[in-house]
Amino acid sequence: MSKSGISYLAAGSKEVRLFKGMNLRTKTLISIGLTVVLLMLIIAGNFTLSADNISTNFEIKNQPPSAVNLFGTDWLGRDMFTRTVKGLNISLAVGMIASFVSAVIALVLGISAATLGKRVDGLVTWLIDLFLGVPHLVIIILIAFAMGGGIRGVIVGVAVTHWPSLARVIRAEVMQLRSADYIQVAQKLGKSRWWIATKHLLPHLAPQFFIGLILLFPHAILHEAGISFLGFGLSPETPAIGIILSESMRYLSTGMWWLAFFPGLALLVMVRSFDILGSNLLLLFDPHRARE
Amino acid sequence: MRLTGFLIFVSGKVLKAVILLAALSVLSFWLVSKSPIDPVQSYIGADAMVVGPEQRENIAAYWGLDRPPLERLYSWGAALLQGDFGTSMIFRRPVLTVIGERFMASLMLMGLAWIISGLLGFWLGITAAMKQGSWLDRLIKTYCFTLASTPTFWLGLLLLIVFAVWLGWFPIGLAVPAGGLAEEVTLAERLRHLILPALTLSILGVANVALHTRQKLIDVLNSEYVLLARARGATEREVLFRHGLRNIALPAVTLQFASLSELFGGSVLAEQVFSYPGLGQATVQAGLRGDVPLLLGIVIFSAMFVFSGNLIADIIYRLVDPRIRQGEASG
Repeated sequence: MSKSGISYLAAGSKEVRLFKGMNLRTKTLISIGLTVVLLMLIIAGNFTLSADNISTNFEIKNQPPSAVNLFGTDWLGRDMFTRTVKGLNISLAVGMIASFVSAVIALVLGISAATLGKRVDGLVTWLIDLFLGVPHLVIIILIAFAMGGGIRGVIVGVAVTHWPSLARVIRAEVMQLRSADYIQVAQKLGKSRWWIATKHLLPHLAPQFFIGLILLFPHAILHEAGISFLGFGLSPETPAIGIILSESMRYLSTGMWWLAFFPGLALLVMVRSFDILGSNLLLLFDPHRARE
Repeated sequence: MRLTGFLIFVSGKVLKAVILLAALSVLSFWLVSKSPIDPVQSYIGADAMVVGPEQRENIAAYWGLDRPPLERLYSWGAALLQGDFGTSMIFRRPVLTVIGERFMASLMLMGLAWIISGLLGFWLGITAAMKQGSWLDRLIKTYCFTLASTPTFWLGLLLLIVFAVWLGWFPIGLAVPAGGLAEEVTLAERLRHLILPALTLSILGVANVALHTRQKLIDVLNSEYVLLARARGATEREVLFRHGLRNIALPAVTLQFASLSELFGGSVLAEQVFSYPGLGQATVQAGLRGDVPLLLGIVIFSAMFVFSGNLIADIIYRLVDPRIRQGEASG
């Protein structure tokens, strides 16, 4: 079972004590609100934090965390807080593009598998097996190598590896829908396939699709960070979190723990926020799961 | 009768895997032949200034790089079928030898992490389910969900900071002490270098199995036969040992086998953080330095590794759980 599958199972029930006395729906809404605000703050930080903070300034180099430099400064005197926020935004952008491409692949293949007959279904299932059969990181390394590294390689690599789980969900959903009464009636009434697809299938799939998309973010961002950390992804000129952490490795032995600790923690918080956001939206849209 | 059914099942799986592997090989070969990274250039590396154009051509001819891609694919594929994966450019040794050696190192790491995370995750899952709704349950769940969002390499860095830099218990990286030969490394020394990366992978690996086990055990505890057992006065302990463990052990074991893909990916990152000379590190080097034969070999090997895990999971299910056999016979 995938990690996001687990969050489907047990989401929502962990904030019990925090929101005592509220009903489930209110709790869900509050969780969603809080995570959205946090993510907005990260994005806003990208625009409000001055670039001066990350220009080289040897007078304040290697400072541990303080009130002025919350996350400390690095060996060039750059403010780690600013670097972290900007790095998060780069990771966020790459992760979003990659997840979106991945989700579109999943949508197209999932619907095709469920509606275009046994052969296409077999082919899609086979493709899913193919992509689940190799460790994701290895495929991403292969693709990054094939595309000569850089941001494009990362986006393509992450996009190509993350669709199978969502494609499966969409395929199952469409399969179930196809046998639903109102679709059968629409067919008997002589509505075209296109009409049924746009008026009946897509509206029903839209929430599934968007939640699936949000739940792809955490994986996409973590893989992006991992591959950048290994040195395949973004160049040092675009300091995503992976790059920041990879650079910090050289300074760890001198005891500058804050170089690695805060950027990674920030990444964790962001990834976890997306996970909470996705699972709570799922609770909101799918009443069957709300009582979990 | 049952044996033939079993053999058909396994050979069917293997046949499917062989077709997948063939497709994967062609696809990977096509991908690397598209790469703008010039293998000759990456082979020469720092000697670029002293190598003339003629020598470049010679090197290209030596590796067969001057021939059209289809011809290269054919000769590579033919060699592959005979078990010849070619020669690694960075290690200057046969790919299979490199993979074999590196994999043994990785296997120790992954195996240790696999066992620890499996047992620990199973135990955590049981604890959480038996105390469902308590603070302990919530703690374990929060821990597992947080782990699912934790970057492997960051956790590795944290362990490195705490245990290697602050406490000084472990060396910072390098499985072979500087200045020593690989052959001189004692077993104790090896173990010392193994602990931190294995710890990283173990800590992260528990999440899946713990949450899965918890959910399964809760389902069992809510079942009618457990209700009956409790009504007859069975203690929680008896319920767990008589009804719980039998139902949850199998899914946990198969889940562990089916998660080899994630374990492999994790070990790539962990090996990089701790400079552990395993297959993961070789993968990164092959990718960064353009060692095409080694990269292709690792792609195929890792696919076989993941497949073996999935196959074992399927087989265990079939052997142990009669419902699956019957389901196939009637369906």
